[in-house]
Amino acid sequence: MTEKGTSITCTVLDEDSRYSFGDLCRLCGVTAEMILDMIDEGLLSPGGRTPAEWSFTAVEIKRVQTTVRLQRDLRVNLPGCALALQLLEELEELRRLYRLR
Amino acid sequence: MEFKDYYDILGVSRDAGQDDIKRAYRRLARKYHPDVSREEGAEKKFQELGEAYEVLKDPEKRAAYDKFGSNWKHGQDFQPPPDWSDGFEFRGGGFTGAPEGDYSDFFESLFGGRSHGAAGGRTSFKIKGEDQHARIVISLADAYHGTRKTLTLSRGGGQTRNLEVTIPKGVIEGQRIRLEGQGMEGYGGAPAGDLFLEIAFAEDPIFRAEKRDIHMELPVTPWEAALGASITVPTLGGKVQLKIPAGSQGGNKLRLKGKGLSTARRKGDQIVTLRIVVPEPKTEEQKELYRRMAETMPVNPRKKLGV
Repeated sequence: MTEKGTSITCTVLDEDSRYSFGDLCRLCGVTAEMILDMIDEGLLSPGGRTPAEWSFTAVEIKRVQTTVRLQRDLRVNLPGCALALQLLEELEELRRLYRLR
Repeated sequence: MEFKDYYDILGVSRDAGQDDIKRAYRRLARKYHPDVSREEGAEKKFQELGEAYEVLKDPEKRAAYDKFGSNWKHGQDFQPPPDWSDGFEFRGGGFTGAPEGDYSDFFESLFGGRSHGAAGGRTSFKIKGEDQHARIVISLADAYHGTRKTLTLSRGGGQTRNLEVTIPKGVIEGQRIRLEGQGMEGYGGAPAGDLFLEIAFAEDPIFRAEKRDIHMELPVTPWEAALGASITVPTLGGKVQLKIPAGSQGGNKLRLKGKGLSTARRKGDQIVTLRIVVPEPKTEEQKELYRRMAETMPVNPRKKLGV
């Protein structure tokens, strides 16, 4: 069964995008506690002083989503996720440099 | 409908113990997890693994599956006998732990679908739909100008859905586009999840992108480099004139402002690296020209090497 194509407007998550604490929880479907734990683990470092002022980047949205999946699918704990993300981001950078040779 | 050999998918023998099955699943799940693996088809493989494990980890489902015996080959055309599940109790329940994903027709016809099973009839049960993630490969020209693409998304149970997506100008590699409400459907009236598209670029014969900047190599003759020249250069936005300053060397970089991947707020440049092409002398007259250059312009290009 194929539906008729529909036109959708898209939001680009670019380097200028900033998201509040609430946005991040809603976008990633996670609790505030989970975000606080990730900040404690050094996985996220929001700009702004108080939680009401916090702003997060598009890269941080991806980190939260990847963490959720690694925890759910591979039962990796939070420090393990932090390590995996750090290595994955390094790997991504190395792959990029390799392609540029 | 194709038969799925779940033992084959997990790489275990048909008499493997539950612990062996668990270990095989965990090892392969780490290897093919879509966040970890860049292998072609990793996502599909990971879904297959989840499906195989969902059946083999559960003694009831495994026993029912084992009734088909080992004569079936993976991918073979298959219809289950009408009474095959008599004496087993698993329909419409027991889906826990394994990763979400679309199960095959084979799985759904044997064990029922996850989404229509356990939650059926309970109106108080509301869950937002799962987010979906996909990669979309576009050309550099499409990234430069912006484009519209039609995506075909699979929705499980063999259903597909076409979605027309507007990709604005100036997207860069690795950036993601969020399509609100275009993920999996929610349960019990809850909203659908979102679709996240990650941008990847197709290989281009001339240009390559580094973040917002577009790099290219420009072949020039020795006299263009030495005397300076105005040269026609391709960019993603069309041809432009580039002034090569006199006394240029191979490897020198020239910047064309704003000719990279730009948005209203961010500008990218095109960076042109000169490559000097030495013409091959074919006639005696041409060889004589090189000899005259050697005489009138003696130079040691290896001075810095101390030789």
